[in-house]
Amino acid sequence: MAEFLTGYAWPTILIVLEILAIIVPLLVGVAYLTYAERRVLGAIHLRIGPNVVGPWGLLQPLADGLKLATKEPIIPSGSSKVIFLMAPMLTFLLALVAWAVIPFNKGWVLANVNVGVLYLFAISSLGVYGIIMAGWASNSKYAFLGGLRSAAQMVSYEVSIGLVIITVLLCVGSMNLSDIVEAQRKVWFCLPLLPMFVVFFISALAETNRPPFDLPEGESELVGGFNVEYSSMPFALFFLGEYANMILMSGMTSILFLGGWLPPADIAPLNWIPGVVWFALKIAFVLFLFLWVRGTLPRYRYDQLMRLGWKIFLPFSLIWVILTAGFLVAFDLLPNA
Amino acid sequence: MIIQALAFYLFAAVTVLSGAMVITARNPVHSVLFLVLAFFSAAGLFLLIGAEFVAMILVIVYVGAVAVLFLFVVMMLDIDFAELRTGLLRYAPIGALVGIVLLIELVVALVSWKGASEATANLAVPTPPASTTQNAVAIGELIYTHYAYLFQAAGLVLLVAMIGAIALTLRQRPGVRRQKIANQNAVQPADVAEVRKVASRGGI
Repeated sequence: MAEFLTGYAWPTILIVLEILAIIVPLLVGVAYLTYAERRVLGAIHLRIGPNVVGPWGLLQPLADGLKLATKEPIIPSGSSKVIFLMAPMLTFLLALVAWAVIPFNKGWVLANVNVGVLYLFAISSLGVYGIIMAGWASNSKYAFLGGLRSAAQMVSYEVSIGLVIITVLLCVGSMNLSDIVEAQRKVWFCLPLLPMFVVFFISALAETNRPPFDLPEGESELVGGFNVEYSSMPFALFFLGEYANMILMSGMTSILFLGGWLPPADIAPLNWIPGVVWFALKIAFVLFLFLWVRGTLPRYRYDQLMRLGWKIFLPFSLIWVILTAGFLVAFDLLPNA
Repeated sequence: MIIQALAFYLFAAVTVLSGAMVITARNPVHSVLFLVLAFFSAAGLFLLIGAEFVAMILVIVYVGAVAVLFLFVVMMLDIDFAELRTGLLRYAPIGALVGIVLLIELVVALVSWKGASEATANLAVPTPPASTTQNAVAIGELIYTHYAYLFQAAGLVLLVAMIGAIALTLRQRPGVRRQKIANQNAVQPADVAEVRKVASRGGI
């Protein structure tokens, strides 16, 4: 019995607590990201934004969540019901499981796996299923078109994200996310790999279906895209999944290019601040860029989106991979060589 | 240990069951989704034997790209399910025949399997032991150092297949006006607009 307690029960409880310690702040972050988005867009549009519910409108996300939860969930009679309900759950689930490998500080990681980057890449490439399943199961033309667009878009931009990741891995020599952060002690990768940073950020916008690449839900032509037929909690799950994915992509950007939990310089007042705060600040900065882009740029046309992905980003990042590899070999800078 | 065993039986059962559902599901879209589930649990099995790199690549390549394209095509097919049923009995004998022949061949091959001496020697020590080297490092060593030329040749085969597919489906359409973004960007105001003084009641 004692062996069962120490061998199985205690580790299980510990892991559940660790998971809660990641997911609860994440969900609070998602809720306040929607608030931040509306305030930032308001500022860009010279409006006020939500400021009525609670002090400075801080309770607005709670009110929105309550409103969505009390609405009636409608399942269209022509839909494929199981898949229709599975799609939002899958989207939300995938947005959460990816956080298992994210290091928040030195040693603060749920699963310190050797193939962390590949795991993140795999999970983010699965995200397309939620959308494509929703589009098909809704049995509606707008939703279907949205699903198809999204599938093509995400598959296209994954290719260049993969090449960007390869470039970073060349400079690190490991696929472990903690090693990637540690390798940036001297200089953050956003400086030597600046073009790749830009490609990654733009591809991250496309991968999360954010403006200017939000064609899957383009409300001006597709009414609302893949989520037209959804209401109440299933819709809320899509929404939560999309925003959790945004935070995840920002986290990935900060780990790969902005030095994760490392302070900008290892000097006295900066390195007193705990690493997790730096990590949160960097995520917040990248998220602000997401919102800024949304407030500034018009939506892309679909053929231009495809052209950008296949004819510009793919050749460019391929050439940059070869250049980086050549540079590292020529100057004997390869790690672990 | 017991948790590993449980996980193995879970993944194995899901793989086999969803594999069976792929060929028995009535709706082709459901088939593809079960195929995805089968890939996914196969990746879980790879993880259990410590092949983490292969597991992740399986998910990225097959689930994340290949199966999405499958789904893409299957969703757009216009399938008459009633018609699909009627052919079943007609094709069943041929299908069974092919299956039996394949099974016999597999059994024969497995019973009389004997590799060339050189190949067997290579198989015996392909990589350093897993305890000292990471998966990805071992695979990279094998593919990019020892078998680099073969790897490049395999890549060339794929390239030829790709060019072939494009050449087969390429259709030259006359009279298509393409957008030339560089030309659009290079346009100066003077090229496209002209400021004119128009005399009152004169017109241009």
